[in-house]
Amino acid sequence: MTTDTTLAGTASTGAALAVSASGVGKVFPAKAGDVTALTGVDLEVRAGEFVSLIGPSGCGKSTLLRLIADLDEATAGTLTIFGKPARRARIDQDYGIAFQQAGLLPWRTVADNIALPLELHKVPKPDRARRVAELAELVGLSDFVDRYPDQLSGGMQQRVAIARALAASPKLLLMDEPFGALDEMTREYLQGELTRIAAETGAAVVFVTHSIPEAVFLSDRVVVMSPRPGRITEVIETGLGPVRDEALRETPAYFAKVTEVREALHGAPTQRANER
Amino acid sequence: MRGAVPTGWLRIAAPIVVGVLGAFAWALYVEFGDAPRALPGPADVASEFVLRWGIIWDEMLITATNAAIGLAVGTVLAVILAGLSATWRPIDGMLAPLVAALAVIPIVAITPILNTMFGASSQFGRQAVATIAAFIPVFVNVLRGLRQTRPVHRDLLRASAATGGQTFRKLTLPTAVPYLMTGVRVAASLAVISALVAEYFGGPADGVGTSIATFAKSGRASLAWAYVGGGILIGLAFFLVTALIERIVTRHAPD
Ligand SMILES: Nc1ncnc2c1ncn2[C@@H]1O[C@H](COP(=O)(O)OP(=O)(O)OP(=O)(O)O)[C@@H](O)[C@H]1O
Ligand SMILES: [Mg+2]
Repeated sequence: MTTDTTLAGTASTGAALAVSASGVGKVFPAKAGDVTALTGVDLEVRAGEFVSLIGPSGCGKSTLLRLIADLDEATAGTLTIFGKPARRARIDQDYGIAFQQAGLLPWRTVADNIALPLELHKVPKPDRARRVAELAELVGLSDFVDRYPDQLSGGMQQRVAIARALAASPKLLLMDEPFGALDEMTREYLQGELTRIAAETGAAVVFVTHSIPEAVFLSDRVVVMSPRPGRITEVIETGLGPVRDEALRETPAYFAKVTEVREALHGAPTQRANER
Repeated sequence: MRGAVPTGWLRIAAPIVVGVLGAFAWALYVEFGDAPRALPGPADVASEFVLRWGIIWDEMLITATNAAIGLAVGTVLAVILAGLSATWRPIDGMLAPLVAALAVIPIVAITPILNTMFGASSQFGRQAVATIAAFIPVFVNVLRGLRQTRPVHRDLLRASAATGGQTFRKLTLPTAVPYLMTGVRVAASLAVISALVAEYFGGPADGVGTSIATFAKSGRASLAWAYVGGGILIGLAFFLVTALIERIVTRHAPD
């Protein structure tokens, strides 16, 4: 946290950064005219840093995350993950990813779902079993490893998805509204768990959310985006320190940041117009 | 709560009651109505069935074996070809019209040709007909199933840097399994019907179909009907076995 002096983005710092995007844009070709989902995105995520992307629907949050994950390809700018092109980083398994839908394979048990990334990379069975036990413990599902996804609640499924994202011990975690479909209580509980897991594993996190309190509670920095065309309008440092517990939700500093992010969001001029 | 869907014992009792009432009406019709001579009463049919169970069972085995071979071979062929179709577009382009054509011609109609080709003493013609009949629903369903992977799952496999082969084995194939089971369940009935009906078009002088034809012509209607009962039992057995397998295999499949 001491040597972030080169925010201007000189290439020399590339390797220390989890994500480095400069001038990144994405245009989806469409019959009725091209859709500019993202334009001129400059973003740097340091190793171990927790960054949230927030903004109205359609501002390109998911698109940016998918570009980082190499699930889609940027049409402009340069994007590197730990100093490598996104494609290389994906093949090297430098990141783990969790989506809004848990996306568990219904014919696999919890254990086998968590083990999927390890299985795909030919990790020997005993190592796999050990790692799965560890991860199940981490997300508090040790008693459920033999269950099938249809026997779990939504929150439990989401925890399995998080464990799966962590399976290959990635240094970068990408999450697209993973708690979006959960009730407030489960959501707050999992937020606490996530900050604990992120701190324990030392992974950087890029976290997409619609919720202002969630973004503030979790993040070191909140990236505010705005649509048409999708772009970053403001980056807010929360400065809430490393300890994120329930007490934090009652502090004036937290409230102040929530207000700040809200104002940044509402300042975005096209935000209201976006509601169709 | 009451009356919407029959539950528990009612689900078993209701069809039995209907069946018993039907048999009763049938018996009354034969006894007091002006039933045609070829229609024996249920009691006659039942007694023939019990009395001749030994030979009925032998003929059932022959027809059931033909149907089972057809179902197995047809299913394996269908899975392989559907897999190829799903992987390579050109193969799909070649097979799709062919299968569409196969689906509309009444397959049993080609039995005489097959019998001539492979000799009248061979079961091959019947088995081939059952194979083709079973092939079609399995192929159509599996091909559909191989295209049902969800985007979130595809993203997951890609994000995990899975190879094409891994994606096929760990995602595409398991996704298609419930579709395969539906196809097999439909194919099972078709295989039995085809194998049985194919016997009307020549071939060796055995099997349930041949027996029905023989005894119907020689005026032994009760025995012919008893064989029909045997045919029904084969169809029922095939349906129950495939439905059971489907249930076990798709326990945790998505809806
Ligand atoms: N595959 C695609 N083809 C065409 N246009 C797309 C595609 N994916 C996204 N878009 C467009 O890109 C823009 C940004 O979409 P994106 O999904 O990134 O928004 P988002 O910020 O994640 O929204 P939400 O909060 O609703 O999830 C939208 O206008 C959308 O219509
Ligand atoms: Mg989105």
